Amino acid sequence: MDLDLRKSGHGIGSNASLQSNLVLYSYCHSSCSWRIRFALSLKGIPYEYKAVDLSKGEQYSPEFERLNPLHYVPVLVDDNVVVSDSYAIFLHLEEKYTQKPLLPVDPQLRALNLQVASIIHSSIQPLHMLNVLKDMEKMFCAESKPWAQFTIDKGFSALEKLLKDFAGTYATGEHIYMADVFLAPQITLAVQRFDIDMSKFPTLSRLYETYKALPEFQASSPQRQPDALIHNP
Amino acid sequence: MASASVGKELTLYSYWRSSCSHRVRIALNLKGLKYEYKPVNLLKGEQSRPEFLQLNPVGCVPVLVDDHVVLYDSFAIIMYLEDKYPHNPLLPHDIYKRAINFQAASVVSSTIQPLHNLSLLNYIGEKVGPDEKLPWAQSIIRRGFKALEKLLKDHTGRYATGDEVFLADIFLAPQLHAAFKRFNIHMNEFPILARLHETYNEIPAFQEALPENQPDAVH
Repeated sequence: MDLDLRKSGHGIGSNASLQSNLVLYSYCHSSCSWRIRFALSLKGIPYEYKAVDLSKGEQYSPEFERLNPLHYVPVLVDDNVVVSDSYAIFLHLEEKYTQKPLLPVDPQLRALNLQVASIIHSSIQPLHMLNVLKDMEKMFCAESKPWAQFTIDKGFSALEKLLKDFAGTYATGEHIYMADVFLAPQITLAVQRFDIDMSKFPTLSRLYETYKALPEFQASSPQRQPDALIHNP
Repeated sequence: MASASVGKELTLYSYWRSSCSHRVRIALNLKGLKYEYKPVNLLKGEQSRPEFLQLNPVGCVPVLVDDHVVLYDSFAIIMYLEDKYPHNPLLPHDIYKRAINFQAASVVSSTIQPLHNLSLLNYIGEKVGPDEKLPWAQSIIRRGFKALEKLLKDHTGRYATGDEVFLADIFLAPQLHAAFKRFNIHMNEFPILARLHETYNEIPAFQEALPENQPDAVH
């Protein structure tokens, strides 16, 4: 099935005077796509939004297969460079688009941000990915939500310990960095989809309140994306 | 190549069989950095002991201690080493090639390895039975490897992304070792990855990082 080009739109800040060579393949409800939308918003980089409707299986189309044989979003096309995987896309953006840095210069603080993002990207989100949960439900003949909740609780406990001595207004101090870019969508998903009790995580809970009020986070939220009107669960 | 070095305080807390620790061992070896190896037996639950949790409240390996800096997570550790010890670079200069390396490393660290990690396999064993653990792991690995073959086919030279060893190789080598040695994936299914696996086995920095060559290895 070919991707529906009618669902393309333009990211924040896009206008005729700004030539944009960035194309982001995204699904409004994907937390991994949200990370990249948020990062692009924070950096003020315009981009073309190409919707991939995961609920219709558009990630398995021949066109998308060529972009990402793992069949997941986001995928960033930057001139001739195709980058999939949100962690890799983030690092690419950070290296190439140096305005409004999302990684600090200090090596230790930089490592902390990479670590927080990695815990979310490698230890939490993959374990509650929709297709993993579906596979589990088939195997177990039981609800997979408890597993997702267990995984998130475990990851959030680790993050709470890591961040309690570093967090200020944001996860690692007074500036918004990579840790925040990965945390904000994850906490939102945890609360809204998996009913996680955030009172157990006071630092993360406070950060969540901060993120919700951020214009750039609001602008990149699922309900504000071009494909949100088409897909309302 | 674990040993104390005059004036240098690098310590690696590692478990021989941990593929995440394996990545960091390769990176340290490639950069020629001496370090003290401190074993943490995951099967005995040593990562949950008070003295280890004081060092790393998250309770996992690897942990790298560089003087007063304590680092966790293999990706973060390796990027730190790349920043602080830039000799023998683990990333190419070209921004496009860098992106491919980030992608390959991230596919391994977020799409393959987490989905066959010990805690998930144990959960599956409890829910369905121990016989289902291996098929689950194999299915996860096959899907990831199929994608990696496609991702890398236009980029490989002698190594994953050309003719120099970079980040992708550091993440691929432990994953390939686990897949072929522990999870019984047949090499002929994945020709590019199988060739890379053979190549890595010939490089001293990779050989010395192998699980079976660590001080805490059980044979």
